[in-house]
Amino acid sequence: MVYLSPLLALGISLVAGTVMFGAMGVPPGGALYAFFVEPLTSAYGWAELGVKAAPLLLIAVALAVGFRAGVWNIGAEGQLTLGAICGGGIALWLYRVDAAWVLPLMLAGGVLGGMAWAAIPAFLKTRFNTSEILTSLMLTYVAALLLSLLVHGPWRDPDGFNFPESRLFSDAATLPVILPGTRLHLGLPFALALAAAVWVMLSRSLVGFQIKVIGQAPAAGRYAGFSERATVWFCFALAGGAAGLAGIVEVSGPIGQLLPGISPGYGFTAIIVAFLGRLHPLGVALAACLLALSYLGGEAAQITLNLPLAVTGVFQGMLLFFLLACDVLILYRMRIRLRNRHPGKAAA
Amino acid sequence: MDLLIAAMLTIITAATPLLYAALGELVAEKSGVLNLGVEGMILLGAVCGFAAVTFTGNAAAGIAAGALGGAALSSVFALLALGLQASQVATGLALTIFGTGLSALLGQDLVGAAYDGLPKLAVPLLSEIPLAGALLFHHDILVYGSLALPAAVAWFLTRTRAGLVLRAVGDSHEVAHAMGYPVIRIRCLATLFGGACAGLAGAYLSLAYSPLWIENMSAGRGWIALALVVFATWRPWRALAGAYLFGGITIAQLHAQALGVAIPSQIMSMLPYLATIAVLVLISRDKSKIKRNAPACIGRAFHPSS
Repeated sequence: MVYLSPLLALGISLVAGTVMFGAMGVPPGGALYAFFVEPLTSAYGWAELGVKAAPLLLIAVALAVGFRAGVWNIGAEGQLTLGAICGGGIALWLYRVDAAWVLPLMLAGGVLGGMAWAAIPAFLKTRFNTSEILTSLMLTYVAALLLSLLVHGPWRDPDGFNFPESRLFSDAATLPVILPGTRLHLGLPFALALAAAVWVMLSRSLVGFQIKVIGQAPAAGRYAGFSERATVWFCFALAGGAAGLAGIVEVSGPIGQLLPGISPGYGFTAIIVAFLGRLHPLGVALAACLLALSYLGGEAAQITLNLPLAVTGVFQGMLLFFLLACDVLILYRMRIRLRNRHPGKAAA
Repeated sequence: MDLLIAAMLTIITAATPLLYAALGELVAEKSGVLNLGVEGMILLGAVCGFAAVTFTGNAAAGIAAGALGGAALSSVFALLALGLQASQVATGLALTIFGTGLSALLGQDLVGAAYDGLPKLAVPLLSEIPLAGALLFHHDILVYGSLALPAAVAWFLTRTRAGLVLRAVGDSHEVAHAMGYPVIRIRCLATLFGGACAGLAGAYLSLAYSPLWIENMSAGRGWIALALVVFATWRPWRALAGAYLFGGITIAQLHAQALGVAIPSQIMSMLPYLATIAVLVLISRDKSKIKRNAPACIGRAFHPSS
């Protein structure tokens, strides 16, 4: 049942999606085909799936660790933005340098930038007991404004006709494509490596054990001498670093420059991915592919069927709803009771 | 002097949506429900209210549709988190993601539509008073409602039996259950009230504050409202003070630009978010203060084990 419920949720979401398309006056069969099948009918489409899945997997697998420990970092979108700013800043600063060390330096900058942004809610949580949910989310808005400030001001392309964009990154600062003829870049191997590392950490290491104990039984964790404070720091550093890496991978790969909007909400969608994947790295990898497909499908349906892009968000939200609802089947066994055994009292 | 009055009036308009959303969430949290979907409910309320006004031309219909839209989305939360015992945090996040998408989908044809804004109701005689008249007695119905709401909520929570039961459910659901109170039903009602209030906040944004519909127009106000509840230490009158404080900060950025302060607009726009963080830190650092005021069962699922 634990592994069946995501599939059940997906099935119900597809049915609900059919109803939704019907209500919008679009033939449901054609819409579902355009959404979920058509993007995968070409090799290029599969590569695009990898392009979209990479940031989702990077962020979600790290968030899953935090969610297991009961650390609610929902500001991954902001940490992604800061990773893009720090790594992208290095790319702009070393604009004229054509050396092999530029790209690794950018990636490191992205990771550190994301970590630094995630360190703020971690510090406030451990030092002042402040809700990490609210602080990490508030910092997402601040990060978006910071990026907007930079690309409207000091980092604007001097030859860019006043558009709020940075200059295009040099070749040395561009992430190599691993499949010629597509946009599939090094981000996907990074994501898969992180997922494998997290898998080993959760199942084989003491840190992973501590995270699981603190998440499921905080009192037992304290009694065993596990530090909640250290866990909060670890979870935020991991998620911030991963989100920062996703950010710099996005701007140095598919985008190639800094723009005011660099992510279609990867940081938020990754939350759905983490839950849909049962907070397990393998499940998260499969869920990342599915949600990546929903992005591709949304874009395809916008072009071929003239459906609004918001359909993607609705579908993603429905998926999470149905997943949460289906989880009740894991926790409880359904039993149909024909007669009320407590007369006079409503059945619970 | 006119400039001062204009500034004060804009503070009221900025504070009103925050006040609605924060008070609704405050009541829900007092019953032990942590609904993080405020942002989604505001957006759905905003789009429903604006759609109703566009199609009927009736302001009352718009306000009602806004409240209904917010309540409808909160009923999904009630079903999942209270009925099916799903994690309240995860369900709330799902509510925000879904509400953001659904409102954008429903509102795609409304982008660019125009509305004059809610009619201003001048209180006879009182609105003639110089200064105070313009400041206090010349507003739309939602502003008056938002000023009455803290009083109503405070009275309900502290002076009525139903309010006492609601607080009991939030502080110890086992005891309330043992005393025979329907814990889940009470929490559902509190959640629906919170949803309707968030919907009103959205309706105010799309019918009076802007007044128009654009995607994601709430811009994080739902989350600021959640922070306001903590800032208010779960007390309605403090929520009023907090909402006006944040309204002031939101408006400060606009007036600073008008006065030609040479700070980039983005820095000024960061202020409400940074202020939220600062305020949360100030309130939360005193652990005992939070413990004294927060509902003891907040965010915890209840299952009658008997």
